[in-house]
Amino acid sequence: MVKPPQDLTVRPDMKIVLVGHGMVGHKFLEALHEQKTPGLDVTVLCEEPRPAYDRVHLSEFFAGKSAEDLSLVEPGFFEESGFKLRLNTRLSAIDRRKKTVTLPDGEVLAYDKLVLATGSYPFVPPLKGSDRENCFVYRTIEDLEAMTAAGKHARSGVVVGGGLLGLECAKALRDLGLETHVVEFAPRLMTVQVDDEGGRILRNKIEELGVKVHTSRSTTEITNGMTARHRMVFADGSRLEADMIVFSAGIRPRDELARTNALPVGARGGIAIDDHCRSSDHDVYAIGECAAWNDQIFGLVAPGYDMARIAAAHIGGQADARFTGADMSTKLKLMGVDVASIGDAHGKTAGSRSFRYTDEAKQIYKKIVVSPDGKKLLGAVLIGNADEYGTLLQMCLNGITLPADPEFLILPSSDGKAKPGLGPDALPDSAQICSCNNVTKGQICAAVGDGATTIGAMKTCTKAGSTCGGCVPLVTQIMKSEMAKRGMAVNNHLCEHFPYSRQELYHLIRVGQIKSFSELLDKHGKGLGCDICKPTAASIFASCWNDFVLKGELASLQDSNDYFLGNIQKDGTYSVVPRMPGGEVTPDGLIAVGQIAKKYGLYTKVTGGARVDMFGARVEQLPLIWEELIAAGFESGHAYGKALRTVKSCVGSTWCRYGVDDSVGLAVELENRYKGLRAPHKIKFGVSGCTRECAEAQGKDVGIIATERGWNLYVCGNGGMKPRHAELIAADLSKADLIRLIDRFLMFYVKTADRLQRTSTWRENLEGGLDYLKQVLIGDSLGISAELEAQMQHVVDTYQCEWKAAVTNPETRKRFRTFVNSTEADKRIVFVEERGQVRPARAEERLEETEGQPA
Amino acid sequence: MTSETLSWTAVCAASEILPNTGVCALVEGRHVAVFRIGDSAFHAIDNIDPKSGASVLSRGLIGSLGERVVVASPLYKNHFDLATGECLEEPQHSVRAHAVRIDNNIVQVALA
Repeated sequence: MVKPPQDLTVRPDMKIVLVGHGMVGHKFLEALHEQKTPGLDVTVLCEEPRPAYDRVHLSEFFAGKSAEDLSLVEPGFFEESGFKLRLNTRLSAIDRRKKTVTLPDGEVLAYDKLVLATGSYPFVPPLKGSDRENCFVYRTIEDLEAMTAAGKHARSGVVVGGGLLGLECAKALRDLGLETHVVEFAPRLMTVQVDDEGGRILRNKIEELGVKVHTSRSTTEITNGMTARHRMVFADGSRLEADMIVFSAGIRPRDELARTNALPVGARGGIAIDDHCRSSDHDVYAIGECAAWNDQIFGLVAPGYDMARIAAAHIGGQADARFTGADMSTKLKLMGVDVASIGDAHGKTAGSRSFRYTDEAKQIYKKIVVSPDGKKLLGAVLIGNADEYGTLLQMCLNGITLPADPEFLILPSSDGKAKPGLGPDALPDSAQICSCNNVTKGQICAAVGDGATTIGAMKTCTKAGSTCGGCVPLVTQIMKSEMAKRGMAVNNHLCEHFPYSRQELYHLIRVGQIKSFSELLDKHGKGLGCDICKPTAASIFASCWNDFVLKGELASLQDSNDYFLGNIQKDGTYSVVPRMPGGEVTPDGLIAVGQIAKKYGLYTKVTGGARVDMFGARVEQLPLIWEELIAAGFESGHAYGKALRTVKSCVGSTWCRYGVDDSVGLAVELENRYKGLRAPHKIKFGVSGCTRECAEAQGKDVGIIATERGWNLYVCGNGGMKPRHAELIAADLSKADLIRLIDRFLMFYVKTADRLQRTSTWRENLEGGLDYLKQVLIGDSLGISAELEAQMQHVVDTYQCEWKAAVTNPETRKRFRTFVNSTEADKRIVFVEERGQVRPARAEERLEETEGQPA
Repeated sequence: MTSETLSWTAVCAASEILPNTGVCALVEGRHVAVFRIGDSAFHAIDNIDPKSGASVLSRGLIGSLGERVVVASPLYKNHFDLATGECLEEPQHSVRAHAVRIDNNIVQVALA
């Protein structure tokens, strides 16, 4: 075990035992580790088979995320902290007098401080038949795995409970492809957060999505069904049949350890704690959903995180660390529907007044509750559109004085005038902007000072916006305002020659029909240009007009790789990569590649993108090599360009006994469609023939996975330096719809990304995130879908193999020479042999160091 | 040294160099990068990039940084002043600049 550095003058090791390794438990460990308290001996008992994972985003498990993706534990956390994690371990007894805990195998652990973070369990109503097979709860990854398994043999499913978690769960059932019902005891959905009118709109929206909602239904019994496995019988005599049932009717605190150890519990359960998160036994703390503070149990993650930080600080010796209650405001997206609730949503405060706005056409409902004097905001409900959430929440939390006509806060602006919004300046530095990670406005501003000037950097640096993402628009606003204030005038200029961002330059070129760099420089720039703006302009010209990249003046804009249509290596030689669409190659093709490599003495290697790379070609050899490759039926692989690289595939249903569709066929078709497309950076695809995902499509910019009902499309993944899983953007697509959506996606990326920005970084910095991307690409919210498709079609229709163009054009071809005045080869290029092939000689292996540069 | 005492080597016709690109010439056994800026301005510096030891500078992109006309090495993107050979980022990696002139549409280089 690695121990944290110890200061020998402090007390001996303090033994801490943490029971429960959920989200809150892990936050406690992180806080403990961050505060670097010396001399801690920490043991974590976790009853689940895996370390802490993100339960808030549990439903993403059904959208393709794996248990590993949901993990909250940074790699190396336990090694670095020295904390000991014991999985699959429950606690069997606590002896508070001796200050020990006993494990099921009889082992006894002593503690100085015991921290209970046991969470909650799903409440299952005590009714006959609730323990039948194929009845589930929705809490752990194991629950989800069981639901997935059952879902394969089911046609329909019911969720019992129409609260926040119940609706999440309904989404999960729908993602499993089941006919989905929600049964709610109360007369409306989300009783706690939403009022009657809001509940009605929410219901309409959710029913529009194909989920059937049954309110005011009290289940009395579950028996055998006639048309499905189960029949639910309701108190009013009505019935509903379904193949699987999931209970999501609220949670109950796991407080049994308190009850069996004579620790007081709250009025509605939960281990009673004081402001320092201590139970009545001051060496026993309780945090999260198992704890009751002032008889309140908090079923959200943010207050749990607060408790975790406070308990850690208090144990670390910070005596004044206090929990002071929590704001229960929430904003979420349920099946694509915005739902937000702030403060006193029901207007229970005496004398409060409310303003309501309903748009039945767009299914939007908004309500604000204001104080009797109309000066302060007490609460709000937003359904269908929650754009004002950030502003309203801050007004409510910070007691900001309302404008004279507060109704305008939620009314749509009729004349394009800005709403009486809340500039970041109105907020105090102490205003908490990200409640999940407790980040204040002051911390965001300080991070700007430390150089975090993109939302991606801000997330890494402060964690603001990295959990639920609800505060990202406000964080961005504050960041930009702070940058402006510091004179960092959000300068996204490409370089000193063009006072424009790449996106702006793209627009100028596209709309102005500009086709040459001299014209671009004349109209919009200055100086000669440089190695930043020239390749950028060349790439935009290619994306828009798709002329041969070495035609006329365009040649002078290309960097060495694009100029010589190869990848320059450290010794000035180039590598050669013929395209092998989908990784498919005939034996004759492979033989031809081998013969050519042998003839020119090239080093060969199979690439990660499933094709063959040949290294060590001198510039004057390139046209000769390519002539032979072209004769053998090959085309340029564009390995040198910021362009489509490869479409990796598994063998799919053609050969594989598990494959559900022809992944190679699709990969070949896609690679041939998009080959040659120039983009802000390289683009990689993957196509897998089933969910085993052998093509690793989710690590690609564009990933496609076959399902029994079509193709799932994932976007913005990345391997390499900063791995990122691609996100599902649409499921079960036909091939035609899939191609249309990829057209739009790629062209939108080409249009809006920064130079050298991969899709993953582009996505991280996209304001509005995945939802925005879906709105633009699927909902056509910008009205540009047809245009994007047409632009892509132009690129597809004007494709030509660059190498074929280069070797057949004498003007271009003659530029492939080492010396303009000699046919000699570059004698500085020296190879030695290694493992049966050539490699560049290292400095100490070269005989003549001064070759080409005599003294 | 005056231009009379320099030893000039004819390299190629001016039209052989595409405006705003470079070529590599062998001048008295030395690899020299010759650049053409616009139609009529020419520069010559060593072709060997001191950082990599590879003979590649003629293949870099030409541009301007402030008032200076530069080429960016295609390998590590460090910039060289075409008039002086100075490496802007790492002066210890500077190269020699050579004389260049046009005589009867022929590019001539003299080693400095």
